[in-house]
Amino acid sequence: MTVLVVGAGPAGIHAASSAAGVGADVVLVDSASRPGGQYHRQPSDAPRTGALAVVDHPRVKWMPETWVWAVERTDQGFRLHAQVGPADAPGRPCIALDGEALVLAMGAYDRVLPFPGWDLPGVYTAGAAQAMAKGQRVAVGRNVVVSGTGPFLLPVAESLLGVGARVRGVLEAGSPVRWALQPWLLRGSLGKIGELAHYAKVLSTGKVPYRTRSAVVAAHGADRVESVTVARLNHDWTVASGSEQQVEVDAVAVGYGFTPQLELAIALGCRIQRALDDSDVVVVGRDQATSVPGVFAAGEITAVAGADAAAAEGVLAGLSAAQSIGSSIVDKQVSLIRRKVLRKRDFARALAAVHPVRSGWQSWLVDTTLVCRCEEVSLSAVRSAVVERGAAGMRALKLLCRVGLGPCQGRICGRNVAELTGLPDIPKRPIASPIRLGDLASEPDGSGG
Amino acid sequence: MRVIVDGQAVTAERGQTVAAVLMGHGRTSWRITRHGGRPRGLFCGIGVCFDCLVIVNGIPDVRACQRVVVDGDDIRTQYGAELPEAGT
Ligand SMILES: Cc1cc2nc3c(=O)[nH]c(=O)nc-3n(C[C@H](O)[C@H](O)[C@H](O)COP(=O)(O)OP(=O)(O)OC[C@H]3O[C@@H](n4cnc5c(N)ncnc54)[C@H](O)[C@@H]3O)c2cc1C
Ligand code: FES
Repeated sequence: MTVLVVGAGPAGIHAASSAAGVGADVVLVDSASRPGGQYHRQPSDAPRTGALAVVDHPRVKWMPETWVWAVERTDQGFRLHAQVGPADAPGRPCIALDGEALVLAMGAYDRVLPFPGWDLPGVYTAGAAQAMAKGQRVAVGRNVVVSGTGPFLLPVAESLLGVGARVRGVLEAGSPVRWALQPWLLRGSLGKIGELAHYAKVLSTGKVPYRTRSAVVAAHGADRVESVTVARLNHDWTVASGSEQQVEVDAVAVGYGFTPQLELAIALGCRIQRALDDSDVVVVGRDQATSVPGVFAAGEITAVAGADAAAAEGVLAGLSAAQSIGSSIVDKQVSLIRRKVLRKRDFARALAAVHPVRSGWQSWLVDTTLVCRCEEVSLSAVRSAVVERGAAGMRALKLLCRVGLGPCQGRICGRNVAELTGLPDIPKRPIASPIRLGDLASEPDGSGG
Repeated sequence: MRVIVDGQAVTAERGQTVAAVLMGHGRTSWRITRHGGRPRGLFCGIGVCFDCLVIVNGIPDVRACQRVVVDGDDIRTQYGAELPEAGT
């Protein structure tokens, strides 16, 4: 009896270790060559300690560089279809992995709001700046401004300082004074107050100004970012007139929260709902069970609440998945971890309440601003598809102006297009990870694993 | 180790991604878009956006942020939609 775990971030590694700990066999897959996901990102020669050591557990089969591109239900349980090997290399072997229970832990990616010039090289997601600094020891620029909303901007600034970048400012579009005015929002997450104090110190030592109600609203340059327009924002995030300032930078790191990677959950038919931060998430019950029997979900795909929350959910999902295929677990262990998960969910709710994305961002765009980076579709092209050509749904809109039809399949622009047009996004993507056509033809039909 | 970037040999370290090698050598873009002819490089950093596409050993559409370099890799700028080289 095997538990399949997709994703080896904090959620996946904790699911694998708790399931293995109660006697289940586990197959843990991740497209990365190292376990840890977005949180435990380290240079490739760092030792695997702590939670990451789960990949050496005798009952855990660790499958790095394994790109799951589809999942299906079988008579016995579930089958993952994956390709193994270096990213996007042709001819990588296609394999099928079978298991009786499945834990989904694919995490999330940064949400970026468009603004004039956001397609220039030198504009990065906050997560990209973080991943390059933590995993590759590369500073995305020498002179960087961090802009967006949410507490994630703070560790990004810290990492940039750590790799020698000058951070010209952290611009928080919201007004998180609410954390201070309504401290009960942090109830159960007292550790977060310590974290905030830590970052306050890091920023002051690094002489990094932290400004609220401010954002990068345009980037300028010929072939790369040379400067940005920084502005004060009104409550609704429209630009406070006359507040614009030009700042010379060579990079911008932007993050307005996260978007969960739901493809595999949607393919299985798991119930999805709109969370408070307006992202779509997998609905889970108190034991991390999704609406599909045998499928459990943990981490950012169920609610964006940070690494600790992902880890706690992972433990619970691993135990529940193991139990669903016959492992026995101790109830006391479960009730403790369940309480922890509930506290984390409170934190996710508080995060969404304090850091909403407000619609005034739409006024930052001009007609020529690209909405869809892949297909290079401008705001005016999207508008005319809706207004002049009468696109009445997202599918029609895509066909009329090609928005969201590029290789990212609308992952980057989907939520923004939905807000700009009022047409609901369709997050359904048949292929969770790209596969070359020639390789698709050689896909095995038998079972493996 | 050494890899080739647009015909020039450069140093790289084990475990580095193609994007890290390129950015470490001062490049911010390595792709030209199909319609607008605009430069692109890294954006999401985690394999989601497909902005960072590059040609590696003659194969186009390789995500530079995901691909880890091996000694001798031949990395080239990608112009629009390119077809794989004959024989690869
Ligand atoms: C780029 C980025 C950097 C971040 N850095 C930090 C940070 O430094 N500190 C912090 O507190 N928070 C960070 N975060 C926030 C982070 O999302 C969470 O705190 C935490 O990592 C979430 O854990 P998780 O297990 O839910 O997901 P993740 O850590 O995102 O793990 C998901 C894993 O699933 C794998 N995966 C997804 N789809 C597939 C597939 N189809 N096939 C195979 N594998 C797949 C991914 O490769 C990934 O390793 C970052 C987020 C992003 C997007
Ligand atoms: S930077 Fe987004 S896919 Fe590589």
